[in-house]
Amino acid sequence: MKDFNYHSAKDSKEASKLASSSSAFLAGGMTTIPSMKLGLATYKDLIDIKNIKKLSGIKVSGKSVTIGAATKHVEVSNSKDVKKAIPSLSSLAEGIGDPQVRNRGTIGGSIANNDPSADYPSACIALNATIHTNERKIEAAKFFKGMFETALKKGELIEAIEFQIPEKSSYQKHPNPASRYAIVGVYVAKHKGDVNVAVTGAKSCVYNDKEMSKALAGNFSSSSIDGMDLDSSEMNSDMHASADFRASLVVTQAKKAVDAC
Amino acid sequence: MASLVGSRVERKEDKRFLTGKGRYTADINLANQTYAIFVRSPHARASINKLNIDKALKSSGVVSILTGKEIADDKIGGLIAGWAIRSEDGTEMKCPGNPPLAKDNVNFVGDPVAVVIAESLAEAKEAAEKVEVDYKVLKAVTSTADAMNGDTIHEGIDKNLCFDWLLGDRQKVKEAFDKADKVISIDIINNRLIPNAMEPRACVADYNAASEEITLYTTSQNPHLSRLIMSAFGNVAPEHKLRVVAPDVGGGFGSKINVYNEDIVCSWAAKKINRAIKWVAERSESFLTDIHGRDHVTHAELAVTKDGKFLGFKNETIANLGAYARVFGTVTPTYLFGPCATGVYEIPAAYTNVKAVYTNTAPVDAYRGAGRPEATYTIERLVEKASMELGIDKTELRIKNFPTVFPFKQTLVHTVDSGDYVAGMEKAKQMADYKGFEARRKESEAKGKLRGIGVTSYFEACGIAPSAAVMSLGCGVGLWESAEVRFNPTGQVTVYTGSHSHGQSHQTTFAQIAADELGVPIENIDIVHGDTDKGTFGMGTYGSRSLAVGGIAIVNACKKIVEKGKRVTAKMLEANPEDVEFKDGEFIVSKSNKKKTIGEVAFACYLPGVRDEMKSPLPEGDEPGLKETSFYDPSNFSFPAGTHIAEVEIDPETGNVKLEKYTACDDFGRIINPMVVEGQVHGGLAQGIGQALYENAEYDETGQLMTGSYMDYTMPRADNFPEFNIGYTCTHATTNPLGVKGCGEAGAIAAPPTVMNAVIDALGGQEVTMPATAEKVWKACKNLKKSNAKAA
Repeated sequence: MKDFNYHSAKDSKEASKLASSSSAFLAGGMTTIPSMKLGLATYKDLIDIKNIKKLSGIKVSGKSVTIGAATKHVEVSNSKDVKKAIPSLSSLAEGIGDPQVRNRGTIGGSIANNDPSADYPSACIALNATIHTNERKIEAAKFFKGMFETALKKGELIEAIEFQIPEKSSYQKHPNPASRYAIVGVYVAKHKGDVNVAVTGAKSCVYNDKEMSKALAGNFSSSSIDGMDLDSSEMNSDMHASADFRASLVVTQAKKAVDAC
Repeated sequence: MASLVGSRVERKEDKRFLTGKGRYTADINLANQTYAIFVRSPHARASINKLNIDKALKSSGVVSILTGKEIADDKIGGLIAGWAIRSEDGTEMKCPGNPPLAKDNVNFVGDPVAVVIAESLAEAKEAAEKVEVDYKVLKAVTSTADAMNGDTIHEGIDKNLCFDWLLGDRQKVKEAFDKADKVISIDIINNRLIPNAMEPRACVADYNAASEEITLYTTSQNPHLSRLIMSAFGNVAPEHKLRVVAPDVGGGFGSKINVYNEDIVCSWAAKKINRAIKWVAERSESFLTDIHGRDHVTHAELAVTKDGKFLGFKNETIANLGAYARVFGTVTPTYLFGPCATGVYEIPAAYTNVKAVYTNTAPVDAYRGAGRPEATYTIERLVEKASMELGIDKTELRIKNFPTVFPFKQTLVHTVDSGDYVAGMEKAKQMADYKGFEARRKESEAKGKLRGIGVTSYFEACGIAPSAAVMSLGCGVGLWESAEVRFNPTGQVTVYTGSHSHGQSHQTTFAQIAADELGVPIENIDIVHGDTDKGTFGMGTYGSRSLAVGGIAIVNACKKIVEKGKRVTAKMLEANPEDVEFKDGEFIVSKSNKKKTIGEVAFACYLPGVRDEMKSPLPEGDEPGLKETSFYDPSNFSFPAGTHIAEVEIDPETGNVKLEKYTACDDFGRIINPMVVEGQVHGGLAQGIGQALYENAEYDETGQLMTGSYMDYTMPRADNFPEFNIGYTCTHATTNPLGVKGCGEAGAIAAPPTVMNAVIDALGGQEVTMPATAEKVWKACKNLKKSNAKAA
C-alpha cells in the first residue's frame, strides 16, 4: 500500500471540503482498503467519515425507513425497527459477506461503490429509495449508472438512504459460494399499485426487471413469472456462473421472493 | 493408576493457542533484522532476456538484491524430488533443474526470479516494484490432459513426460477382462486443490558470523528433513552448521513438507549479508506458490461377473506435476496412489498406469491423503456405477467383494494386517439409517427436491514408514522415526520426538502414551519437537505417521527406561533384576514388599556417588543418568479403513446441493484420545467435502491462476456442513505394540467419492465432475427432466 494522508472529518461540510480528485471517503473501508493493498487503487487522501455523528442511525416514520450512510450492516440487521417495518431489508443486511464485513461495512459505502453484485443496490431500486447527499436528493432509479458508477459527483457525500415501506417484500440471493456476493439477488417489493423486481449480480448494474414487474403487478403470484425465459445476452458470464444460468436464477430467485412475501 | 490411553484428555496446547500465546514464525523478530520480498514471474512460461536491478538498488532502505545469477555462482542447489520413479520401460524419471531463483526461464506464475532485502517491509516492496525483468513470453502448457501434446517446457524432457509408470500386470488384466460378463468404465477428473493452511508460509533466517551457524525458523512439517535437504542438496551449510526450527505451525496438510525456494534463499542470503532476514508470505503468494494437490485425469475400468464379483481393474491416469517435481511430487501419483487403486476389494488382476506430466502451473505435491484420495475416488465411483448398472444394492455389492480373512494380501503391493470391513459397513448402515433412505427420498420428492445417497468403503496405507519398503520403491531416505525420553533428576520427563505437530495435538497424545508407559502424571511430561538442536534426527509428520511410527518410538524408548529402572532397582534393593516388576510407576520386587518409585530410581541414577552408607545404585556396566533413545522402523504400513455414507438434497431449480447427512464409521485401530481423533476426522471431512462440492484451483489457458483469492476459491465454511455422525469399529494393528493405525487423512480420502456418489445418485446416475457446483448440477437436472419427459 502506498502512503496516504488520513483525515477524520467532523461533519459533511469538512469532508466535502477535503475531497479532491485523488481522495476517497472512508467509511467501513471494505472495498477501499483491499483495493489499496492490492495496488488497484491509490489515493493521496483518505477522508474518514465514520466519526460524523449525523451519518449514523436509523429512523422509521409511517411511510419510510431512513438509514444514515455510515450505519453498519450489523446495525441494520439487528434493528428491531427495521425488522418490523421492512423485514426483508434486515435479512438482506444479515446476509452480506461475513461477520467481519457486517461489523465494519456500511450501507453508504456499499451504495456509493455500486458493485454489480452487491446486495444493497437492489434494495434501493425495489424500495423506491431516495439517496440523500450533502447537496441534493437523488431517486434510486437515477442513482445507479453502470458498473461501479453512480450519479455522485466528486466530493458529494451520501448522508442517508430513505426506503419506502412496501406492503410486502422479500430479497432472495443465490450467493457466490466463495465470496458470498450475489451471483444473482432478486428483491421483490409490492407497493400500493406497483411491483418492483430489482435484480443484482446478473448484469453490469442493478436493474428493475420490467417484464416481471409488470406480470406481478397484474397477478402477484409466482405462477405469473414461472417459466419466463429472460434474455441472457446482457447477463454477466464468469467462471462462477454462465449468462444462461444467471438468467434462469433471476426467475427462480424472483419466484422464491414472491413466495416468501 | 487409570490408563490415559483411550480417554478424552484436554489438549495441553489449547491454553497457548486460545490465549494468543502461540509462537509462530511470523511472531519471531530478531535484532537488526531485514525484510525480504520476492520478485515473481507474472508469466506462466517465459525466458528471461534481461534482469535490471539498478533502479531498485537505489531505492530507499535497500540492503541487497540477489538474483538467479548469484545463487548459481554460489553453487546453491535447487529443489528436488525425493523419490526416484522408473518408467514401465525401465528408464529413470526425468526431472528438470529447479533453482531457488530462476536465472534463464520461469515456468509458472509466482516462480521467483530475485529477492529484494531492505530495512523495512514497505521499502522492500517499493524496491521490488523497481526490479525490471524483460521476459520473452512463451506459450504456456496448462492442461493436464493435453500436456503431452504441448510445447516442450523443459529442454530434453520429451512430451513433458516425467515418467510413464506401471504397477500391476497388463496380461493378467487382459485375461480377466476377457472372462468378464460386463465392463464398467468411467472417465473422471480429480480436481486441483490449494491446501490453504491457516498460517501462510514464512521464514526468518539468521547468521552468526562467529560460529558460522545459520538458524532458520520456518513453517515446516519436518525440520530435520528440511535441514538434510538444504544441506545435502541445497549446499546451504553443512548439517552441523545449520539449525532448523519449526515453532508453532498453523496447519500444513502436506504443503509444508517441502523445502521451498524462500527457505534456501533467505538462509543463503542471511550469510551473504550477515544479517537476519524475515519473509512472510502474503495470502496471494500462498495461492500461487504453495504446492497444490490432486489434479489427475483418469480412465478406469472394472471387469465384473453378472452377479457382481470383481474380476479385473485397470486405471490409466495422467497426473499433473506442475512446473517442477518436488519432494513427494513423484511418489504421490505412484506408490501412494497405485497400490490403493483397487480399494478395499479382492480384485484378482489389476494394473495402474500413470503418466506424470509437467505443466506451467504451481508444483503439485502431497496434500492431505496424497494419492489415496485420488485412488479411492476412482474405484468408489466405479463401484457405485457398477451397482447402478448391475442393479445390485451398493452396500451388498461392496460386501460381496470385501476380503474377510486377514492378513489380506492385496493384489498390487500391500499385505493388510488387520481389519473387519463387513463390520464397518454394517455399523455405518445402522448409523446412517440406510434402510430409511427411501422414505426420506420420497419426502424430498414431495417438496420438489432430488435426494441421493452415496457410499464409500475405503482403506488406505499410511503410517508411512518401513524404510526397507519405501527405499525399494525409490524413496531417497528411510522413513523411521526417533524419540528420546529423558528423566530429570527430580522426576519429570521430557520426550523429544522427530514428529512435528502442526495441529495434530502431539503434546497431548504423546504425553498420554508416555504417562501410561512410565506411570508418571501427564502434567510432569513435556513433549519437545520442531528444533534440530533439540532431540535426535526425525523424519517429520505426514502420511498419518506420527502416532503409528513416532508414537511407537516413544513407547520403545520408555520400555528401555523401564528396563534400566529394573536393573537399578535390583541393585538398590539387592534383588535379581528378573524378579523386579514394573507397574503404575513402581518397581516392585516380586513376592516381597520391597519397591521403589520411578522417581526414586531416576533420582538415584543421577546421584550414583558413594558416601557414608550410600552405595552406588548403578549396576556394573550401566552409566549414570536416565535417558533412552529409540529409532523405530516398523515392519509394515498401517491400514485404516472404513465406510462413509452421505445424503444430499438437490434443488433442481438452482442446482444447490445440500449435504443433509454425513456418517463416518472408521477403523483407526486403538484410539489414544477420542476427542483429538474427532477433530482430525472433522478436519479431513471438511477438506474432502470441500473437494467434492466447493474447492477448485483453476488456471486459464495462459497459465494465470483464476482462483487466486478467497473471492473466487471456495473454502468450505461451517454452515456448509451438517453435524457429522462419527463412529468407529476397532481392530488393532498387529504390526505395532500400540495397535494404532492413523486417522489424519481418512476424512479427506473417503469424503469426495461419498458425497459425489450421493450427488450422482440423486441425478439418476448422470456424471458430474468435482466440485459439484450449482451450475453443473442445474444443467444435469435439466437433462434429467428432459430424459424423464422422453421416457414418459
